[in-house]
Amino acid sequence: MHVKLWGTRGSLATPDAEMARYGGNTACVEVRGAGGTVLVLDAGTGIRPLGNTLRHVQPRLDVLLTHLHMDHIQGLGFFAPIFNPNMEIHVWGPASTTLNLQARITRYLSPPLFPIRLNELPCTIILHEVPCAEFDIGEFHIQTMLVCHPGPTVGYRITENYPHGPTLTFLPDHEPALGLKRFPISPEWTSGYALAARADLLIHDTQYTHEQYTAGHIGWGHCSLRDAFKFAALAGVKQFATFHYDPSHNDATVDQMIAAAIEAEKPAFLVTPGREGQLFTL
Amino acid sequence: MFPKEIEVILARHLASCLAMPIFIVDDKGNLVFYNEPAELILGRRFEEAGEVMIDEWTSIIQISDEKGEAVPYGERPLVIALNERRPTFQQIWITAFDHVPRFIAITTFPLIGQADRFLGAMAIFWEVGGRNP
Repeated sequence: MHVKLWGTRGSLATPDAEMARYGGNTACVEVRGAGGTVLVLDAGTGIRPLGNTLRHVQPRLDVLLTHLHMDHIQGLGFFAPIFNPNMEIHVWGPASTTLNLQARITRYLSPPLFPIRLNELPCTIILHEVPCAEFDIGEFHIQTMLVCHPGPTVGYRITENYPHGPTLTFLPDHEPALGLKRFPISPEWTSGYALAARADLLIHDTQYTHEQYTAGHIGWGHCSLRDAFKFAALAGVKQFATFHYDPSHNDATVDQMIAAAIEAEKPAFLVTPGREGQLFTL
Repeated sequence: MFPKEIEVILARHLASCLAMPIFIVDDKGNLVFYNEPAELILGRRFEEAGEVMIDEWTSIIQISDEKGEAVPYGERPLVIALNERRPTFQQIWITAFDHVPRFIAITTFPLIGQADRFLGAMAIFWEVGGRNP
């Protein structure tokens, strides 16, 4: 399984020079299997450069959305394959309690926010609502669960050649410590645990420092680096990639945050700072 | 061990932060959590009681109406929320782990999550003035 980060920024794209090393594009990850299946995780602005590499190669692509906040869908209208009439694009994402997935996506892919409507796109779009029963796409086996983040939000656990192949867990927006006096608690009562348990690679929200989180950002749906490391330790992951950087954090700040969190938590797993363009092979 | 659904996790977290007594059961009616204010009425700490199967807790917690008549199983407030998936309000006598009768007002409601998934039920209750039947 090859995993490439095309967008690592959270909340808002940041085309600032001092943020270029970690990257300014919002959430998007490419997952490519040995059999050639391509999954796209979230459709932030990072999906635009990814799409340019997929323009002619695949008859089918699957875009797995964790949720429909703008930083996770804004690139969808600029994903080159959607303008290819020979392409079949499957979009997976959560409905809300009152709106189905089509109605929710149409809120963005329609005027006044976007000039072209969903049903006017040249490609064939097929929508699937998650969470749902476990499903397979090519050589990938996929599990979904709702996780702690404002509004319907899922995480994905993706295993190649299930059950023995490598596993990637994607939790880009996640606040597992919400409402807790101490964290972590038992796995059974921890948001996202079942998705992340013993994963080979966990890509996880690391938006805040501990001080930022506790001083005004509790309930915003994101995680401090220290809580993210505690969550990863609880889940027993092998490797951790930092992700979803706050748009006010430049490269030097992210470097300091990661170093301080490693010093505080001393994780037993490998920590890889997630950078735009970073490639993992599992 | 089965992971709890996020709505149930958040319900527990909310209950842990509130000063009203709260009792949560899963979709099968098994007790999965009650908070510290509820411990004062039920007479045992949750850490001591732990998760309890429905048959066990419904036999431990005795319920009677304002006149002291036993409430039939199917008319117990949490059983109605579970079986009929509707909210209830009742004033009842309960005796729980410490065998002390207490008169409470109780509101119960089903927990229905995203995509209409039935997840269990929750009870919020208060001890109110009442003369021993």
